[in-house]
Amino acid sequence: MILTFPHMGNMYIVVKGLLEYLDLDVVIPPFSSQKTLNLGVKYAPEFACLPLKINLGNLIEARQLGADTIIMAGGVGPCRFGLYAQVEKEILHELGYEYDTLVLEPPDKHLGQFIMRLKKIIGTNSWRKVIEAIKFSYQKACAIDLVERKVQYLRPREKRIGTVDIIYKHVLNTIDNAQSYISLQEATGLGLLKLEQVPVNDDLRIIKIGLIGEIYTLLEPFVNLEIEKELGKLGVEVTRSLYLSEWINSHLLMNYSKREKVKPFVQLAKPYLNYFVGGHGRETIGYAVGFSQEGFHGLIQIAPLTCMPEIVAHSILPKVREECNIPILTIYVDEQSGKAGLVTRLEAFIDLIRRQLENQRRIAK
Amino acid sequence: MNVFLGIDVGSVSTNIVLIDETHNVKQALYLRTLGRPIETLQNGLLKLYTLIPRETKVKGVGTTGSGRKLAALIVGADVVKNEITAHAVAAADQIPDVHSVLEIGGQDSKIIILENGIVSDFAMNTVCAAGTGSFLDQQAARLGLTIEEFSKLALKTKNPVRIAGRCSVFAESDMIHKQQLGHSISDIVAGLCQALVRNYLNNVGKGKDIKAPIIFQGGVAANPGIKIAFEEALGEKIIVPQWFNVMGAIGAAILAKEAVSGKNETNFKGFDLVKSDFTTLSFECQGCPNICEVIELYIDGNLKARWGDKCNKWTDAIENAG
Repeated sequence: MILTFPHMGNMYIVVKGLLEYLDLDVVIPPFSSQKTLNLGVKYAPEFACLPLKINLGNLIEARQLGADTIIMAGGVGPCRFGLYAQVEKEILHELGYEYDTLVLEPPDKHLGQFIMRLKKIIGTNSWRKVIEAIKFSYQKACAIDLVERKVQYLRPREKRIGTVDIIYKHVLNTIDNAQSYISLQEATGLGLLKLEQVPVNDDLRIIKIGLIGEIYTLLEPFVNLEIEKELGKLGVEVTRSLYLSEWINSHLLMNYSKREKVKPFVQLAKPYLNYFVGGHGRETIGYAVGFSQEGFHGLIQIAPLTCMPEIVAHSILPKVREECNIPILTIYVDEQSGKAGLVTRLEAFIDLIRRQLENQRRIAK
Repeated sequence: MNVFLGIDVGSVSTNIVLIDETHNVKQALYLRTLGRPIETLQNGLLKLYTLIPRETKVKGVGTTGSGRKLAALIVGADVVKNEITAHAVAAADQIPDVHSVLEIGGQDSKIIILENGIVSDFAMNTVCAAGTGSFLDQQAARLGLTIEEFSKLALKTKNPVRIAGRCSVFAESDMIHKQQLGHSISDIVAGLCQALVRNYLNNVGKGKDIKAPIIFQGGVAANPGIKIAFEEALGEKIIVPQWFNVMGAIGAAILAKEAVSGKNETNFKGFDLVKSDFTTLSFECQGCPNICEVIELYIDGNLKARWGDKCNKWTDAIENAG
């Protein structure tokens, strides 16, 4: 059994950490690229959303490297993603790529259900070892997020554009390679230390933007056309509504690890959207309110084209914009999206915010 | 006389304007880009040079539009701005209390909402270009009319027909269908105008608070049928400014004036640049599966810029070399 799974940003490090801790064989698909997308677009239904297309490309590329079993999250509720594992399996089967599929439905009921499904994968490993593996890989997720938040802080401030991302890439590799808590701690500590040495400009007027929207487009830089890097170049410090470790904690570990960082988005969304609309629609609204209360200068919503939960959120955001008095830009991505169009919109949006701030300063004087 | 040069290189047209220190338009050129932005820009500048008095001094240059970066490299710009900011700046300059700007150009359409002269919200068409200038051009050509004749046709209508405006391909089939049923061309064109306005308001204008004063600008504002359709749909008077088709370039020129204020020097290379030789070459980078198409700009045989690579390794190689 050689396992594989589709990419979603840095998630491969966490899942690989988990599976390797259990001595299982893993093939990581090549990073999502134009080739991956072309494969997906060729074989996926045109009106499916972008995650399905890229998943499919990832799985084809992984099959070519010898993987024979897919682990994938499933889901219940209005978002189409819940069906993607099954649909992808069918498409792959028709193309002659035979795979076993193990679908992990989100265990939003209790942890035991999650463990039961895991049992199929872990084979002879003891439960104790599985729990250790989960803990260890969760620590990897936390380490990645710690480093990533630092990177998000530094991107708009670095003197030479690109320095931070070179270091970031390297640190991710060392976290990926860490096999024990000690080497993980060392990788994280050294990584943060390296990032702290990056020369920065001090007297900049940094714009703070909250990135909200659908999980896959938020976490996968290939899909969001590296929006965070582009914003960094425009002098923007980005904070997302969603970080990998927080998501794992709240959705897979049932808030096993109590963390104060997690915002009460359900409460915050209540005046605007008092219903679970699927995907991350409610989070999008909740975090929009939360970020505006924290004094962010603007919000950018990002989602795959035709994403139903985010369309619902999109139609509610004008109300949030009005009442919380915060500029909001919505960006949909699909295989036709071009970087030039994205950069134009981002530039205009940041211009808008800078001009408003200048105006406020002028009035204050 | 001191002037500021604004250049808007768009998909359909390349617009060049000169404004004086009080933002009066001294010269305005509206040229078809015809897929050759560099050549069009050089010809435009040459033409402009023959039109202006000798003592004219260019104090600053701004570029905008989808070809803004290329244009900036060629002329030596003091400011490079996206078209949304440029259009908003020009609109607020011409009509100081403007609230909503409807802009329809060759391939994109946008809406800009301003509060006290500052942009507060905007949207741009994302996945569909139905109802933009290119489509109207194409339909005029199909009916064997010039775009000017086509524009005026809608005014003669008595009874506009209903055209499906969601998609430009279906709009065309629907127009042909109505034509075969025997409707007059003017009724069909008027129906098309209404369909395009409906499509614009439902897509680009969705969730936006459109209030008077409303300005309509961009190349399509030359079409009185669309203007009337907007007035009917919004129940408000629509203002088409005098320089509606070069507003982006005016905005770029005003931004250039802001950018050079207080430093009294410009990056402008002078009108002699029309004699330089600009060549672009491209190659496919084989470094990873993304296979980016990298474009190189040569000025008089020297490599001056490179772009198009996702990882920036080619771009950086030049920028770091100085």
